[in-house]
This record gives sequence, C-alpha cells and structure tokens, in this order.
Amino acid sequence: MMIVGWFLAAFGRQGFWLLPACLCLAIVACSHQPQQQTEDGRIVVEYWEHWTGFEGEAMQAVVDDFNASQNRIYVKKLTVSQMDQKVILATAGGNPPDVVGLWSYNVSTYAEKGALTPLNKYLEAEGITEADYIPALWDLCEHRGFMWALPSTPATIALHWNRRLFKEAGLDPDEPPTSIEELDAMAERLTIVEIKRDGVKQRVRYTDLTQSGRDSKDFDIVQLGFSPNEPGWWKQMWGYWFGGDLWDGQRTITADSKENIDAMTWHGSYSQKYGVDNVKKFSASFGAHFASPQNPFLDERVAMVIQGVWMYNFIEKYSPQLDWAAAPFPSIDPQTLPDVTIIDCDILAIPAGAKHPDEAFEFISYVNSQGPMEKLCLGHRKFSPLTTVSDGFIEQHPNPYIKVFIDLAHSPNARTTPQMSIWQEYNEELSVAADRVFGAIMPADQAMRYVEERVQWKFDRALRRWDLTKDERIKHWTEQ
Amino acid sequence: MTRKQRHNLRLGLLFISPWIVGFLIFGAYPIVMAVYYSFCDYDVLRDAVWVGPLNYQDMVTDDVFWKSLYNTLFYTVVSVPLSLTLALMIAVLLNRPILGRSLFRTFFYIPAIVPLVAVSMIWIWVFEGESGLLNYGLSLIGIEGPQWLNDASWTKPTLILSSVWQTGGAMVLFLAGLQDVPRSLYESADLDGAGPVEQLRHITIPMISPVLYFNLVMGIILSIQEFVKPYIMMPNGGEDRSALLFAVYIYQNAFQYNNMGYACAMAVVLFAMILLLTWLATKAMAGHVYYGGD
Repeated sequence: MMIVGWFLAAFGRQGFWLLPACLCLAIVACSHQPQQQTEDGRIVVEYWEHWTGFEGEAMQAVVDDFNASQNRIYVKKLTVSQMDQKVILATAGGNPPDVVGLWSYNVSTYAEKGALTPLNKYLEAEGITEADYIPALWDLCEHRGFMWALPSTPATIALHWNRRLFKEAGLDPDEPPTSIEELDAMAERLTIVEIKRDGVKQRVRYTDLTQSGRDSKDFDIVQLGFSPNEPGWWKQMWGYWFGGDLWDGQRTITADSKENIDAMTWHGSYSQKYGVDNVKKFSASFGAHFASPQNPFLDERVAMVIQGVWMYNFIEKYSPQLDWAAAPFPSIDPQTLPDVTIIDCDILAIPAGAKHPDEAFEFISYVNSQGPMEKLCLGHRKFSPLTTVSDGFIEQHPNPYIKVFIDLAHSPNARTTPQMSIWQEYNEELSVAADRVFGAIMPADQAMRYVEERVQWKFDRALRRWDLTKDERIKHWTEQ
Repeated sequence: MTRKQRHNLRLGLLFISPWIVGFLIFGAYPIVMAVYYSFCDYDVLRDAVWVGPLNYQDMVTDDVFWKSLYNTLFYTVVSVPLSLTLALMIAVLLNRPILGRSLFRTFFYIPAIVPLVAVSMIWIWVFEGESGLLNYGLSLIGIEGPQWLNDASWTKPTLILSSVWQTGGAMVLFLAGLQDVPRSLYESADLDGAGPVEQLRHITIPMISPVLYFNLVMGIILSIQEFVKPYIMMPNGGEDRSALLFAVYIYQNAFQYNNMGYACAMAVVLFAMILLLTWLATKAMAGHVYYGGD
C-alpha cells in the first residue's frame, strides 16, 4: 500500500503504468549476470564442473595452477549438480558459463542441438591434433565432422576379482577367466547358497548342489560369483563382448542383431540359473549406494565384477584389506575378440553463446597440456588421455593395475557409447530391455526387437529434423 | 463511464496489477506457449518448428505413453477412493470425544506437511526388499515380503500404499465438515433407533457431501499429476516401466530427452484428462451433494 501511495505521489497519474513496468524490470534484473572481470582487471571465465570430493579437488588444483600461471584470465570453478540439464537450460536462456565439464555421451546430443561451440578453428591455431590423443577419446569429442570438446579424465572398464574368494573356491587367484564360458563356470564355483537339509540350514557351493537342487531354486544366495546385473551400469552394451554393434554409424539401429540378442540372452541366463527372486532378493541387500562399505564387491559378497579404473579409489577407502586384481573382461571368443572394453571420458567444452570463448579455450588447452593433464589424472587416479605420457606416470600411479586400463584404452576393441543424438533414449530403452530379460518378463529376442523398433522410430524422427536443417547448421558451424 | 468510475477502475487495476503481471508472465504465457509448442518440434535449444498435429499422432503409436496413462489411471482409481475412505474413517473417529484427541489430530495431519522428498526417502527405506522395515515386520510373523520396489507386479501397489499414508489434508476438511453437522440430527436418529452405521450412511455422509465432493475432485487432480514420490522412489518407472506415471514420462521427455514439443503435447492431454475426469466426478456426484443453503 505504502509503495503504491509513494509511487502515485512521486510520479502522479502520468506514471500510472510505471508500477507494472517496474515490476517487469525488477524480474528481468533478477536474472543472473556473471561477473565479467576481477578487481585487478582479469577476465573471469566461469567454469561449471560436476566433480566433487577428491576428484573436484584435483581439478581445483589445476585451475589454481592456471590462474597462477598468467595474469590475464581468472577461471572461477563452480561445482554444479545435474549439470547436463542445467547446461541446456542456461544455454537456451542465453546465459551459459564459459566452460562446462560434461560427459562424453553429451557431445553428440548437445552438438546437434546447437548447445556447443565447435573447436576446430582453435585446435588448428593451437596445433592440437588427433595424434595427440588415444584414438577412441578423440572420436568421442567429434560429431558430424566437427570437434566439440577435448577430453579431461578418461576411463576404461575391466574385470575386478577377489583373489581370496578365488583361493577359497579352489581356483587359481592369478588366473582370471579368459572367455565368457570360463567366466560362467568360475562364477558357479564362486557362488555359495544356503539350503535346508533335514530342517537344518547349510551353506554349500552352487556346484555342489544336485541337479534337482539347482532346478528347484529352493535356496538363498549368500555369495555370488558374478552377475551381469551388478552394478548394471553397462548392461545395455554387453553386445560389445559378443562382437555386436548398437548401430551402423549412419541411420540404422542394430539392437536386434544376433550378437546383441546372444548378449542379452546371456544377461538373462544368470537370473534363470540362480532364480529371479533369489537374485533380486540378494541384490536388494546391497544397499542403495555404490560408494559405501555395503558395496557387494567391497564387502566380499560378489567375487567378480566389471568396474572402471575408479574402483581402486573405493577399494582403498572402504575395503583396504581386499585382496583383488584386475584384467580385461573376457569376451565370447578371446582369439578373435580380445581386450574388449568401453572407453569413456569426461570432457571440457564451450557452450554456444559463451561470453569468453577464446579465454575458455585457453584454459581447456592448458588442461590438455601434458603436465596439468597428468596432475589432474593422477589426482583422479585415472590415466592420461594423451598419447605422450611422462616416464614416471605409471610408476607414480597408486593403482597397481593402471597398466591394464591403459592397455585396454589403446585396444582396437575399445568401444564407445554410440555417438548419436538420441543415445540417452536408446540407453534407456536398452536398460528397460535388460531388466525385462533379467526379470524373466520377456525373452531376449523379443525385448531387443522391441528396442530396435522403438528406437529406430525415434531415430527417424531425429534424422528427419537433421535432414531439414543440416545444410544451414554445417554452414553456421563452419563459419564459427 | 464517468470520470470517477474511470479513476476507480484505474486505481483498482493498479492495485491488482502485481497479480495481473505475475499471472500473465508465470501463468497465462506458459500455458499458451505449451499449447503452441505441442504443435511444434521443439527441443528448447533450437527454434521451434511447426509440425501440426504430429506430436499427437506420435502419441497414439507410442506404447510407453499408453503404459504411463494406464499406470496413472490405475493409481488414481485405486488410491483416491482408498485415501478418501481412510481419511473419512479417521475423521469420524477423531470427531468423537476421546482422550488426547488434539494430539491424534496433529499426528494424523503431520504426514501432509512433511516435504515429499524426505517422505520418499523414508518410503524407500521402508519398502526396501531385503533390509526394509516392512519386510522385517512381515518376517516376524512368518511372511516373506515381496521386492516392493523391484518387482513389476508390486511397484504400483507400493506407490498406492505410500500415497494413502498422506491423507491428513482430506482428513482435516472432513473434520471441519463433521463439526458442522447439527447434533440434533443424530439425537433424533438415536430416538428413532438408528445405529452408528445407519447414522453414518443417512446423516453424516449426506451432510458432508460437499466436502466429499471437493476432496474427490482434488484427489483426482493431485493423483493424475503425481510426480515427486514416483520420480524419487522409482526414477525410471521401475521394472518394466510398471510404475512410470504420466507426469514422470512428461518430465523425461521434456528435460532428459529434450523432446519439449512432445512433452507439451502430453501436458495438454493431461490437462484434458483432468478436465474430463473432474466433469465425470461432477456428473456422478450431481444430485448427491447436499448444500445447507439449498
């Protein structure tokens, strides 16, 4: 009331409409305006990063080094949760940060939708080329012939096994499985179940059960040798270990290829073997969080697991006494398909419409030089994405099996998530299919055919739009 | 219009202008744009392209859309009557002169004001298959509980059970309605020999029918829009998308897949669905709602 009265007194009747107008202005003024310069005149580059904890600290150390190395640019790092969605909204709102630390699977989607700045002209000017990087990682940053990001910390995944449990099961702790067939056999040997004999509960190895005991599935799982659903982060891509592809690289989804159906059948074979309800019940006891002492590999209830180079950190933190080792995850045929892995990386990119793209690239380029990159990757306890690595890097690295992960990264069978604009939806459909098969709701061939049809339908829609706009887009990107 | 009337009109408009401006910016504009974008191919980042009714046509062939619609209707049809019955029962009990009545009323209302995210986290803990409280309780009486959150046949009942707990809002309205029922009616029914069940059926329910009607309509609207609990308890809809509710599927399309045009079209359908069900509820209740002033 007082404000309205004051307003009328100050501006009179002529200013009648000023109040609503001022309200609008106030709303507009409330929008975030990033700081452009520091007090000493340095350009502020706003950098959003998703890492927290020791990984976040490692990046902060590199940022501090960069800020100290010159006096023109000041990088301000902000830790942001749910980055992928926030970057989209900030970019759409015309107010993005200058640098974003995203995941490689974001590249194709964001690039195609015009959310990122192509880096080709910067790379040419700096002389940064494909030869500087592990080949698969360079590919992860490319889409439609343009480069959209540079890698930060990469990762590959491998088989981790519990040597103590191997010894207890009478297996050689230094001989991990080399084929899927061996993996399945060892997993059976490593599985312990609880049964009732004459009214008394007894723990026996799965391999010691009679055939009828196995068929009845009348037991509780106490220890599992392996489960393709644990942790379940790559259940969508088991086809890679069976020689399959998820698309043809152009316009066709290949989810229902024989290899992918075989992989999905294998995925479901574990719940069929040990009983859907038994496996679900056992899995429910793992607790909700991977990073906890209840992690079933860390508390030694699952003997073999597929995990990434980061697993070492969690073993050190939550289960330092664990006697473990890592090796390439076995494929269906080790002769023709050796060293299969999924390679992935975090990326640094410049959103479209960033206020200081040149300065942003200067920072990205600094992170991608050998010294800072090694410092960052050692801090994350990962390996360097660069092909040139200093002599002491592996020796200095705390992970005793880091070489396994590096060799896998250089393998010709190091596979990536498909670089397609609808990968997130494809991934979701594959995930639903994997759960349907694992839960014995649908047979593998039917589940994968469903994925094929549904994702192809979605992909066709995305391509229809791309076909309509590609000339204009490519022209725009080339000019940028 | 005289000068004085014009002056009053202007002054009136000026006083309500904060609301008008707020409504136009945050209410009317998003609604109009959502309807417009529902006819566009729009992913937030690129300009919207007019595609006519394509999004609506796609919906017809999208079986996840139908599944989420079925899940939502199933959830609504079971949870709304269940919640209302429970709320009414509690309200009737708490309307009696019992010891510590205010305390009980407070306890039953508390769930309605607890933040939904916190509630959802607690429910995850309660329904957790192996070490959850519910299954532990069941095991004490010799029942092996199901995998509430991980089994396609149990996910919807789990959501319904968790929603029924939060009936505090409806209960308070029922209580207010019950306190308005004249005592004389019960006294005359007593004299005529009517028992508690007959009194409930022939006096209480007809007298509180406006509250019942209001709670029913609000219950339908809130159930169809249910988002927070299913999203937190089963982010991707649970096994086989068995608990993927409509609002969660809209969210996935809008913010995870950036299919904003498609999401807007689904939001328009959601709006139409709420209108239809509210109309049906009004029709069904017509003639059964008694207002004291009639």
